[in-house]
Amino acid sequence: MAIATIPALYRSTVGKKAIMAVTGGLMVLFILGHMVGNLKIFFGLEEFNGYAAWLRTLGEPALHEGWFLWIQRVGLLVVIFLHFSTAAELTARARRARPVKYQHRAKVNGSYAARTMRWGGVIILLFLVWHILDLTVGTVNPHGVHGEAYQNVVAGFAPDRWWVTLFYAAAVIALGFHLRHGLVSAVQTLGLKNPRHEAPLNLIATGFSLLIVVGFLVVPFSVTVGLID
Amino acid sequence: MKLKLRIWRQKNAADKGQMVTYDVDGISEDASFLEMLDVLNERLILEGEEPIAFDHDCREGICGMCSLVINGQPHGPERNTTTCQLHMRKFRDGETIDVEPWRAKAFPVVKDLVVDRGAFDKIIEAGGYISAPTGTAPDAHATPVPKADADKAFVAAECIGCGACVAACPNGSGSLFMSAKISHLGLLPQGQPERDSRVLNMVKTHDELDFGGCTNTGECTVACPKGIPLEFIGRMNKDWLKASGK
Repeated sequence: MAIATIPALYRSTVGKKAIMAVTGGLMVLFILGHMVGNLKIFFGLEEFNGYAAWLRTLGEPALHEGWFLWIQRVGLLVVIFLHFSTAAELTARARRARPVKYQHRAKVNGSYAARTMRWGGVIILLFLVWHILDLTVGTVNPHGVHGEAYQNVVAGFAPDRWWVTLFYAAAVIALGFHLRHGLVSAVQTLGLKNPRHEAPLNLIATGFSLLIVVGFLVVPFSVTVGLID
Repeated sequence: MKLKLRIWRQKNAADKGQMVTYDVDGISEDASFLEMLDVLNERLILEGEEPIAFDHDCREGICGMCSLVINGQPHGPERNTTTCQLHMRKFRDGETIDVEPWRAKAFPVVKDLVVDRGAFDKIIEAGGYISAPTGTAPDAHATPVPKADADKAFVAAECIGCGACVAACPNGSGSLFMSAKISHLGLLPQGQPERDSRVLNMVKTHDELDFGGCTNTGECTVACPKGIPLEFIGRMNKDWLKASGK
């Protein structure tokens, strides 16, 4: 796709959805990597902190220490901004498209996941703010020491901070629903959906969303119940 | 049958409008929904009241004129059925039935249950045709069309342009209608020369007419009296992305 057509993408409802599909896909890749990395905590303190330190040296010697992480952060910020702004514009457009509401509205086909995409997305975004303050910057983490990722996780999800674990669980489940609709929706938006593959595609989306939910939640719950300390 | 009807009454485009309750009795189970409204209208005329305005034409389920959101569902509760083909036996005796017009900015209410669906004509004008003069109907074997393509094009061509997809869509999007027209022509050899400009111009016009964007909830295909499948929206997206890249 030529560079000149990118503004054209942004102007159209079909193009905006394509932007959402592609940025969503990029975030899914990051989320998968993030989840797999988290699971290294089950191999113990040294290996997990070693993994965290390795992330800072990724790309060396071509990149300076920490540059990979910063490139990734800037990339993710751009991706989140595009995903959010196009979603907000499409939401505003949807509101404009029906100024007088129905008095009686039957919910027929739209799944729970499809109906909660917008507010679910907002919940995930708000969660991200807390999550970064907790386990990246460390301000709201009781340990919060740079480079001691293992200890930060153990302190953050300590049994007496069960409400933090519950908040993480709510956000990750919201993410699971978001992905369930989002994955299938992205394939349809990009015109790649083959109606003959509808059932397997739905199955893959459900399986992947479940994998993400379980893969992310197994860490905080293990800390809260004392499996990791 | 005895029914309580709550019907949207609105004098004209400028009027605010409201739901008005009517009790009707002696309705045959074999009456269509529109015939039931005819019975009510006859009574209203005899009582010196303004009859309820609603769109209808062929009453055979093929013209696309009838509309009505019945108990929150465009064309009522029965799948793959237009309002004119919906019969009162699908309702319970004594039931309360809510009747509203299509709700979309692109479809302004003209009066009561009648909306102006001219926005669909504007989308068609933007590219829903082929401009080559084709003369009279050609011999069937003059332009070979693979059977599978012909069948799929026919499924798309079943769209009667009633607007139920827009009425059902939580975003007020006209994507299902537009994608059916684009696919109908895009699947046939005669539609190929203008395939790119057609999808670009129709989507552009659709967006300018204040329809919403598609979010793949699938409400439209359930409401569609012709069961137009969602796959045409995917096809339209693919055509649009391809054409935009050229």
